[in-house]
Amino acid sequence: MKGAVFRKGPDYGKSWHKFSNNYLSQVGLGVVALVAVIAIFAPYMAPYPSNAGFFVNYPEAHEPPNWIHIFGTDQFGRDVLSRIMFGFRYSLMMAVVVLSLVVPLGVVLGLVAGYYRGGKVDMVVMRCADIFLAVPPLVLALSICSVLTPSVFNAMMAVSLMWWPWYTRLVYSISSSLRNEAFVQAAEIAGASPFHIIFREILPNCLGPILTKITLDAGWVILIGASLSFVGLGAQPPIPDLGTMVSDGANFLPEQWWVSLFPALAIVLVILGFNLLGDGVRDLFAAETV
Amino acid sequence: MSTEQILTVKDLKKYFKTTRGIVKAVDDVSFSVIKNETFGLVGESGSGKSTVGHVIMGIYGPTAGSITFMGKDISKSVGKRPKELKKRLQIVFQDPASSLNPRRTIAQILELPFKVHHLAPDGNYAEKAFEMMDLIELPREFAARYPGEQGGGEKQAVAIGRALATGPSFIVLDEPTSALDVSIQAKIINMLMRFQKEFDLSYLFITHNLSLMRNVAQRVGIMYLGKIVELAGTPEFFSNPLHPYTKMLLSAIPVITPEEEALKPEKIMSTGEIAGALNIPLGCSFHPRCPFAMDTCSKVVPSIIEYKRGHHVACHLYPSAGNSQ
Amino acid sequence: MAEQLLDVKDLHVYFKVYEGLLKVLNGVFLNVGAKEKVGIIGESGCGKTTTMKAIMRILAANAIVAGGTIAYRGSDVLQVGMQDLMRLRRTSMSMIFQDPTAALNPVFKVGEQLEDIVRYSEFISHTPTKQEVRTKAVDLLKSAALPEPERILDSYPFQLSGGMRQRVCIAMSLASAKDLLIADEPGTSLDVTIEDQIMRELKQIVEDRGLSVILISHSIGAVKGFVTKLYVMYAGTMVEEAPTDELFSNPVHPYTQNLLKAVPKLTGGGVPEGIAGRIPSYLTIGDGCRFASRCMSAKESCQAHAPPAFDIGNGHRVACFHYGDI
Repeated sequence: MKGAVFRKGPDYGKSWHKFSNNYLSQVGLGVVALVAVIAIFAPYMAPYPSNAGFFVNYPEAHEPPNWIHIFGTDQFGRDVLSRIMFGFRYSLMMAVVVLSLVVPLGVVLGLVAGYYRGGKVDMVVMRCADIFLAVPPLVLALSICSVLTPSVFNAMMAVSLMWWPWYTRLVYSISSSLRNEAFVQAAEIAGASPFHIIFREILPNCLGPILTKITLDAGWVILIGASLSFVGLGAQPPIPDLGTMVSDGANFLPEQWWVSLFPALAIVLVILGFNLLGDGVRDLFAAETV
Repeated sequence: MSTEQILTVKDLKKYFKTTRGIVKAVDDVSFSVIKNETFGLVGESGSGKSTVGHVIMGIYGPTAGSITFMGKDISKSVGKRPKELKKRLQIVFQDPASSLNPRRTIAQILELPFKVHHLAPDGNYAEKAFEMMDLIELPREFAARYPGEQGGGEKQAVAIGRALATGPSFIVLDEPTSALDVSIQAKIINMLMRFQKEFDLSYLFITHNLSLMRNVAQRVGIMYLGKIVELAGTPEFFSNPLHPYTKMLLSAIPVITPEEEALKPEKIMSTGEIAGALNIPLGCSFHPRCPFAMDTCSKVVPSIIEYKRGHHVACHLYPSAGNSQ
Repeated sequence: MAEQLLDVKDLHVYFKVYEGLLKVLNGVFLNVGAKEKVGIIGESGCGKTTTMKAIMRILAANAIVAGGTIAYRGSDVLQVGMQDLMRLRRTSMSMIFQDPTAALNPVFKVGEQLEDIVRYSEFISHTPTKQEVRTKAVDLLKSAALPEPERILDSYPFQLSGGMRQRVCIAMSLASAKDLLIADEPGTSLDVTIEDQIMRELKQIVEDRGLSVILISHSIGAVKGFVTKLYVMYAGTMVEEAPTDELFSNPVHPYTQNLLKAVPKLTGGGVPEGIAGRIPSYLTIGDGCRFASRCMSAKESCQAHAPPAFDIGNGHRVACFHYGDI
């Protein structure tokens, strides 16, 4: 009878009910799911998958939206819709890579600093975080990218570098306040090791805010990534990054408006989706009132 | 009953430095707990009774003074105490809602002490947790539940189970039933009394509920603003209270039977506010509220003396030992 | 007989939650006459606060009033329009809550909060001057036995002690309570000596102003010296009603008897026995007597129907089939 007996699983029905408190959360979930599906299956879903990379088709350049090219074509004759679909790949990749790096690092630092609140560890970690937070995020990312060769990879590194302190701060505030709760004291008195207390007692109580923040952050990371590409410091042509597409198309405004507008709307859609989803995730973890 | 002292606290002080000054939470407290007895510590907010319990457990290290447990000095904070000691000394906190991690199941909470001290020979901690649940009369199906799904009494039973897991000899009970309803309180207290006999335990019972104290403790100490003002055996304490604060407290208890009403001492109307711990009055800290205050009371701190055998009091009304023996 | 100020009859309040319907209140009755002091004792979760919230109509959004009437000065509170309800709240009834720290807004000075209420309740016919409002606020604080009222008006709640905060809450409720004051466990979060003081002061205030009071508590002793009539509540039903002395000398309902026995006595006598069993879940509760599952003298028939309140003389009513039949 070792381990999990009488262990009942989470009540999925109830979780869904809490999540769907506001129907917009479901909309958000739908949008994010749609974007994810498009990103994954872009080669199969895009009408002109070859247009995503290096491709020229001058006869069809600058065609306004029509039945053959639903979002029109750009200055090289490439189908805007297909490029947007592939562009989602880079957006989501940015979010996934950055958050995968930043969240574990930031959370662990925050937990440890909060547990040893008042000590040297606390001071070192939090002051480092303060330093990174003091610099305006975009400025920091821009400076890093302009020093290094502009590329998607370097953009992701730059964004990661400025993102981790937010998680540290968030988790620090929860961790340091829980530090003095009776259940943590009880665990100490029972003889539990700091490792156990930090990861088994305190961390589970931080999950709600962390997950909510991750969901909301995904949208922001994508926006910052697009901004970097917009100024030419992120993805380089011919990569169909949404930000690059907006900046390229800006040269042709207002006559060939579709080249800039649709990628911009795509960015808005993705961010909106994550924001609405984030609301739902927050509701999911909200305390129940009878 | 034996007279062997299992825990002795001597001249214990715990001061906290805050931005607004020094808070003298515990100021020169001395008492002993005899093996297998229940020693009651009574007081209102600011009295320092909980802090005494916390210092004994090592949640804070003492500012001065000593704590001796089974002959050994243990005046350190919990981080510095040997692991072996943590098995012997345990605590049950007041608020079961915050003393149990809301994100851990009951099984996980109960398994922890066994795991930390490697108390399951075959590594079967789940079985140990189940046995504990049987002991505290909680159905085994509750093992996968979270504390939030339980009522106050059940949560407190889990807290008690957790404290008993390592086979301690001394348990600090910090207001174990104050957050519970009367009918559940009775059940929990009965459980505690049973365990005391069954497992040979000694209790430091901290509470503000004097009616409860009357029925569970063998000796009682009453604290006011960091100091013990009176200490006596329970029957003596309730039939012959000496200190004005004790009398005020006894007068203020709401009681329901006429016999209890008759037992109450001369009614001393409680007046004034309990002084903030930052502005402890000079001399006897109770003098601003005391109907019998004299001149010396605002100048000299009364020291605690043994007025009668086994009955100690710190008050200028009783400057020296009275009818001896 | 004193005119009826409040008459609650057969109140049923349910709460809609994800898991189903919580049938909390099941046929609650309560009546309070003019200048009468009434107490409700019961343990946590028994529905005392829910009943009070129903009377003041401040129930949560997922609450459903499934039946019953609350007659306040003749009109049914559950049916009146918003305007009339707000007038009642402003000028006639008021509530003191359990935790004074939570009842006061920490970012506003006490004076600002109190003056808001004064302006809202006392001055309906004309717009008052600043001075008038302040004078009235000082008066209220004085009647709540607060020393140095001027200084208190300029303080923030965190600068006051627990007892003083509760007195401020009492003062605030006096602004709008002309007829009925509901006090929901006013002494629970306070120290014993302070609670004793506050209850004595409250009793004086209430008698001076001729207010009716509903005092709720789970501390039976605190209620005893204060009220003239007592209700005992269990799991959303009123199980017993009697004049105070009658209830203590002759408790009749099995729950009341057990409850009184479960209180530790100052005279000694050892640790009392608790009551076996647990409070039933409101989700799955049946139609019978709600105490039947824990009652030593329960019969088969007790599980079938909920007992109505039977009159056993002396103003004493009990909801138990041992004292009557349908």
